[in-house]
Formats: sequence, structure tokens, C-alpha cells
Amino acid sequence: MATLYEHISWNKRKSIFLIVIFFIIIGFLGYSFGIYFGDIFIGIGIAIVLSTIMTLIGLYSGDRMILSMSHAAEADRKKYPHLVNTVEGLAIAAGIPAPKIYVIDDSAINAFATGRDPKHASVTVTTGAIERLKRDELEGVLAHELSHIRNYDIRMMMLVVILVGIVALLSDMFLRSMFYGRGRRDSKGRGGAVLILIGLVFAILSPIIAQLIKLAVSRQREYLADADGALLCRNPDSLANALQKIKNDKEPLVEAANKATAHLFIENPLRTFGGKMNSFFATHPDINDRIKRLRNF
Amino acid sequence: MVFIVSVILWVVLGTVALIVLYVIVVFNSLIMLKNRVENAWSQIDVQLKRRYDLIPNLINTVKGYMKHEKGTLTELTKMRSQLISGPMSQKAKASDAVSNALKSLFAVAENYPKLQASENFKMLQEELSGTESKIAYARQFYNDNVMSLNNKIQQFPSSIIANMLKFPQKEFFKADQGERKAVKVEF
Repeated sequence: MATLYEHISWNKRKSIFLIVIFFIIIGFLGYSFGIYFGDIFIGIGIAIVLSTIMTLIGLYSGDRMILSMSHAAEADRKKYPHLVNTVEGLAIAAGIPAPKIYVIDDSAINAFATGRDPKHASVTVTTGAIERLKRDELEGVLAHELSHIRNYDIRMMMLVVILVGIVALLSDMFLRSMFYGRGRRDSKGRGGAVLILIGLVFAILSPIIAQLIKLAVSRQREYLADADGALLCRNPDSLANALQKIKNDKEPLVEAANKATAHLFIENPLRTFGGKMNSFFATHPDINDRIKRLRNF
Repeated sequence: MVFIVSVILWVVLGTVALIVLYVIVVFNSLIMLKNRVENAWSQIDVQLKRRYDLIPNLINTVKGYMKHEKGTLTELTKMRSQLISGPMSQKAKASDAVSNALKSLFAVAENYPKLQASENFKMLQEELSGTESKIAYARQFYNDNVMSLNNKIQQFPSSIIANMLKFPQKEFFKADQGERKAVKVEF
């Protein structure tokens, strides 16, 4: 147990560290903006204020946006008694309040959790998962999702997505105004030109850096949630079997998923089979590796 | 000389302060763990109560169909009452007995197609098996927390403080193996 509580506080600390890193990136973007327009502090100020507001809005309403984007409907206790009971049971075992439960009408097997903390959290499963997984397999999947909630992964991933979005937006704004806008480029001379060039390179690179951070965080959280989920339902094989089923599935694509929500799911809902994806750019660790780790518990 | 005395004084004072601080930290974490255990226990209690409430409904539904299983049903009723009374070990025992009785009951129910088709029965079966797994989960959570508390009480050096303050260890929620056998439902 002790290690689990340590994980949680570690995760909370990491969330803060992550915010700091992103705000440094955002600060730099604002700085480049500022050089270009003549006043560094206005540039940084605008970038920081804008990102703070957007982060707060995202944290408090991001889960609702994600749920509506995914066409998720709240699960009816009468219609899915087993699902509701299992989630409530796992929540008891995890020592967290029972999250809200949503269902996506899609034949692919998948699930995700979102929210900003265990008190404001939800799990969503596809009807495919409910119908095609065995009871213990569904339980394994749900245990994985509840671990995401208990470990505050949901908050971390929400933050990462928001911040990646902000970085992309700011860099886009900067680049656009540079190409089409009427900046004061005369004031600085040659030194200014070099600075603007650095700013330009940074504006182009920052969204890619932000994206890579997001993917790395996402992959790492999956392994941990697999392990904690196995501990929670006391049956690593059930999740391994579920992942195996997803792997063998002919149609694993969740129609309502997109690039913005893909990392939330238990297994990448946009994945195409065949060639092995470059793991550096993947939202999820290799599914074979995940299954292997679970089998070795 | 004065200097040395004051250094010693400070060292002693500092050590005492550290010890006091440590005692406070250990005491608070013991309290936190104890509260966690108690909260976990109330989770089990909630589910036991839920099952206690569901069983009469089940019996009423089943009664009309299962004419030959009267004995089983009275047995179930009898054990049900023990779910919410008595000490923890007795509750644990009753809980296991009820679990076994329900399992057998649902197995026997397979022989009654009409009962199987009843919406009410299906719902009750789902609810009871849901409660069943929730009890198992609550038990897991409770026992995990008891282990953390007992570890803290037994491990050195927090054991010194726990003993000084007479922190009692908590018992795990489990039925005695030997006794569990004694309660057997015959069909």
C-alpha cells in the first residue's frame, strides 16, 4: 500500500514539474513573440495569462468536452447492471468514490478514464467491450482505468493535452503573424534578425517537443496502470486476455476517437495493424510487451 | 567552558525536539491509518447490509417456483440475520456462508426455466452477484489497510511509540478455515 500512496504523491509532484516545463516553453514562445513585436514583457505576459486561463478552463471542463467529442452517453444502471456494479466494486477496492460511467456505441473494444481528480472522474467503455469481453476481462480493463483515476493520471494527461494544445496554438499564432502580419521588424537591426530567427526555429520546434513529451508521459502511465490494475483486480491474466482480444480484433478503430483523445484509451483506438509503429511517436507502449509483462506477474 | 555547556545544551534540546517531532509524525500517521481501516470497515458493512436487504426479495421471488427447496430458503434466512450482528469474525463467517448458500441456490435455479426467465429474478441475481463482488472488493481494501496499520504498529521504531500509546492492532476480515466448513448448505 505504501508504495501506492507514494506513487500518487510522486505523480502529483510530477504534474507540477510538467506544468513548469510547459510554462517555460510557453514563456519562450512569448519571448520570441515579444522580440518580434518589440516588447518582450508584453509577449511573455500575453502568453502566460492566456495559457493560465486556458489551462484552468481545460481542467474544469475538459472532461465534458472529451466525453461529448467521443459521443459518450451516461450508462443506465438498468441496462448495464454488471458494468455499474463492477465499477462500483473496483472503486471500493481502490478506495476512491465511484466515478461516473459512460458508454460509447461502438463495436470496437476500448475504454478510457478522464477527469481532474478522483472526485470528478469518469470511465467510459465501448459497447463492444461490454458485449465482447468476458466478465473478468472487462473487470481487468476497468481496473486499469480506475488505476488511472486513483493515480491522478487523468489529471496529468488532461494537463498535458491542454498544454500541448496551447503550445501548438501559440506557435501557430506566432508563425502566422510573422508571415502575414505587419510586425515592427525594422527596430533591431542584425542582432534582432538573429533573435527572430531563433524565435522562428523555436516556434516551429516547440509543438513537436510538446507532442513528444505528451507521448512519453502517456506511454509510461500505461505500464503503471496495467500493474496497478492487475493488483486491484488481483488477476493480471484478465487484463492480458482483454488486450489479447483487442490485438486480435479485426476492427479495432473507435470511430469517435481522434488524435486529441487517442492517448486516453486503454489501447490506441486509431492504430492500424501491420507495420510496427515507431515507438517514439506512439501513444501507447507495444501491446505485445504489455501482454508479456502482465503474463509474467 | 561556557561555550561547551551551551553547545551541549543546544544538542540536547535539538535532540529532544527531533524526538518530539518524530513522535508527532508517527502518532498522526497511526491515526490516519486507523481511520482508513475504520472507513474501509464501514464499506464492508454497507455491502453486508445491502445483501441483507436483498435476500428477502430473492426469497419471495424464488418461493413460488422452488417448491422443493424450502429448507434451503429457511437456512438462508437464518444465516442472513447474522450478516449485520455480532463481532467481525462472526460477520465474516456468516458472509461466507451466505455466499456459498447463494451460489448453490443460483446453481439449483438453473433447473427452473420459468424462474430463469423471470425479469425480477434476473435483476436480483445480477444485484446479488454485484454485491457479492463488492463485498470481496471491500474486504480486499479493508485487509490492505489493516496490513498497513499493523505493519506500522509492529515495525521498529514506530512500534515503540505505538506500544507506548497502546495502539491496538486490527484483525483481518476472514472466517476461520476450520469453522467455515461447518456451515454447509445441503440441497
